[in-house]
Amino acid sequence: MKDVAIIGAGAVGCAAAMEFAQYDLSVCVIDKESDVCEGTTKANSAIVHAGFDTVPGTLKARLNVRGSELMQGLSERLDFAYKRNGAMVLCFEEGGISGLEELLERGEKNGVKGLKIISGDEARTIEPALSDEVRAALLAPTSAIVCPFEMTLAFAENALANGAEFRLSTEVTGIERTAAGYLIKTTRGDIEAKAVINAAGVYADKLHNMVSGTPLTVTPRRGEYMLMDKSAGSTVERTIFQLPTKMGKGILVTPTVHGNLLAGPTAENIDDKENTATTSDGLAEVRAKGSLSVKNIPWNKVITSFTGLRAVGESGDFVIEECADAPCFFDAACIESPGLTSAPAIGEYLCELVGKRLPLNKKEGVITKRKGITHFAALSREEQNELIQREPAYGRIVCRCETVTEGEILDAIDRPLGATTLDGVKRRTRAGMGRCQAGFCSPTTMALIAEKLGIKIEDVRKNGVYESGVH
Amino acid sequence: MKNEYNIIIIGGGPAGMAAAIGARQAGEEDILILERDSVPGGILNQCIHNGFGLHTFNEELTGPEYAERFANKVRELEIPFEFDTMVLDVTPLDNGKKAVTVISAARGAATLTAKAVILAMGCRERPRGALNIPGFRPQGVYTAGTAQKLVNLEGAKIGKEVVILGSGDIGLIMARRMTMEGAHVAAVAELMPYSSGLKRNIVQCLDDYGIPLLLSHTVVDIKGKERLEGVYIAKVDEKNTPIKGTEEFYPCDTLLLSCGLLPENELSLGAGVKIDPRTNGAFVSDDLETSIEGVFSCGNVLHVHDLVDYVSEESTRAGENAARYIREGKRGGVSVNVNAGNGVRYTVPSKINISALPEKTHIRFRVTGVYKNVSIVIRSGQTELLRRKSRILVPSEMLDIILKREKLSGVSEDIDVFIEEVQS
Repeated sequence: MKDVAIIGAGAVGCAAAMEFAQYDLSVCVIDKESDVCEGTTKANSAIVHAGFDTVPGTLKARLNVRGSELMQGLSERLDFAYKRNGAMVLCFEEGGISGLEELLERGEKNGVKGLKIISGDEARTIEPALSDEVRAALLAPTSAIVCPFEMTLAFAENALANGAEFRLSTEVTGIERTAAGYLIKTTRGDIEAKAVINAAGVYADKLHNMVSGTPLTVTPRRGEYMLMDKSAGSTVERTIFQLPTKMGKGILVTPTVHGNLLAGPTAENIDDKENTATTSDGLAEVRAKGSLSVKNIPWNKVITSFTGLRAVGESGDFVIEECADAPCFFDAACIESPGLTSAPAIGEYLCELVGKRLPLNKKEGVITKRKGITHFAALSREEQNELIQREPAYGRIVCRCETVTEGEILDAIDRPLGATTLDGVKRRTRAGMGRCQAGFCSPTTMALIAEKLGIKIEDVRKNGVYESGVH
Repeated sequence: MKNEYNIIIIGGGPAGMAAAIGARQAGEEDILILERDSVPGGILNQCIHNGFGLHTFNEELTGPEYAERFANKVRELEIPFEFDTMVLDVTPLDNGKKAVTVISAARGAATLTAKAVILAMGCRERPRGALNIPGFRPQGVYTAGTAQKLVNLEGAKIGKEVVILGSGDIGLIMARRMTMEGAHVAAVAELMPYSSGLKRNIVQCLDDYGIPLLLSHTVVDIKGKERLEGVYIAKVDEKNTPIKGTEEFYPCDTLLLSCGLLPENELSLGAGVKIDPRTNGAFVSDDLETSIEGVFSCGNVLHVHDLVDYVSEESTRAGENAARYIREGKRGGVSVNVNAGNGVRYTVPSKINISALPEKTHIRFRVTGVYKNVSIVIRSGQTELLRRKSRILVPSEMLDIILKREKLSGVSEDIDVFIEEVQS
């Protein structure tokens, strides 16, 4: 019997696990995929939103601002990439300035610091690539960018270090209420828990509806993105938004924390929760709308395109609460944007909620720091030399585009919650994320995975679950 | 290990090895070849089919055999060759030398210096992401060269039902290879109305196996969330836009992409070498020197070749010229530009030093489309240097025109290379 079972190993599930693992509770994280960070968390804008866009008084507003406050400290403590690069919201018509003023007012009510409206010319002075059509802009200096993969892995590894258990490649097939809590039926055996956290992203409705008579609906909202080469990464310094609409924050153009340029997302409600395909219309929309904000985006430098699904609820706010008719079943549902930003705050809030049902006693000797994979390319020359002397595998570059060494790839596979797939290695080390998109390094990476897992090279998966039970 | 060299060659594939041999045979003693792989030969190692060396050795060799001939020669000439060594940066220094930053288990992170650098890094394949093909991103989508490496070097079985997008030579070779491995290749789709591969490969790799080549077709959708389940192929119009209603579903577990090769010039760009947007390779003069004195470029990093024999020949010259540079320093004199005119996509070189003409000057170029019954014309001002009739010219075949010294001596105006209709 677990105290807390968390279903879903995305940003929210892993942040919650990290929080719960600080207490004297047995914690188990369950996910149908073979790795953490396989759903909505892996395909989004990777922005730590300042919090000017959310409606004051909502959970979204509160948790966004709290998450944004927590993020920098977490990135330092848990060793993941974060950069406070600031953001701008553009308006293209004089009439739009009232929209910016509304955002400014909301932001101030939400407690966002440093917001300021500037003229189009001022905006172009600090971001010379902005379109000549920009009339005015809201400047938000506290907006930041983060690596969602590293962030989620950092939360998960910290949770693991503090005793949380991860059951990956394990799909929940049913949940039954029992006298002591819940019996979670999975493709790999049953799990009993006193409390359940439903952090299942676009599938949160499915899980909720297993235990509750008040149905929840989560609609996947598809967002398509285009990622450009690092040589395009300095096109803009800040995250460039357009005035938001009912469907979201519109197409943004932003550098990523690793120095690429990202444009997207589109916003289209769909039915199929697995439909992460890109479309020619969607990609055309990203190009057309992105070009409204920023001049001369080098679309010929696109290295990959991808689609994410946001988990959209009916109320417009996050649904984070104990199910009214299912005690000790807590939804962390409808976590659309700013979900990534809010994740650590959602973790805290879930602890608060669960604390009303289960005793929360802080453990002794909680591990608060985590050391990520050593990124060879980021080291000084002396550090590189020292590392190669100690571990010659760091002297062998496998991914030439991102300068990723064999040592890093082996670490990614060997460390707790290690990678078992090409995508898993890629998200941990960036091997294969560069301009050749794994053309050169994938055979070597596959061979390293195959050797470590004791499988044939052709059986190494790009992603997904190994039927043979690896992991 | 020493850190200072006269010539450092970056890349130990066919270009780098030929450059080293050229430099040594021109009398240069102090050479180092840096190779990121653990064996010499570069991409030739995975090209286990034959057809290499007809021009160089007058026989048909496999890729590894062709590479071995050069590797043996390098060994015989005792040219130092360092493997598992990645060059991270090339920077011209104030004293005219070049700093070359490397990573290897043997050297650690080290900075070497050279009086001359020969860039011979080769090219990479255009990946799926750069093609903007919509759809899912499942397992089973490979560039043709990656698939070739997995099949030929790792012995992996990558799929049973194959579709190939793009008719570049590696794609054509892989159509045959996958067939020989027991897979079924349903079709090769090519966006353009002509193939980007060599005629002989279309005959030997597709026609002989009954594999259809669908010209003016492209993949418009990729299905399958985790493993590829199939692709939609549609016909395209004259603007290469897919025509609605022509989509046809091809069930397959493997999609190979052979949609173009890109010279790997990140190091060159970092060094400040000027890149020709038409080739994605360096602008070079007739001695293969780039815009930076003492930095030479050759092989597929300069412009993508279709025959390795041409790579070897060109790179040998780069090596000889680098050796001359070490011996004599900067070449003085006057240069004229070489311009790509009607029907010509680019020329290598982009300028010729008319004060120091070698016995033979090569002008290499590709045409912009398929041309039938035309003449290749090379002219300087009003002087026609060459006129050669051709029954057919195709973009997939690089053309190599050799102008002898006596032809070029006396030239003082820009040289134009163009295609002219033959009046019948």
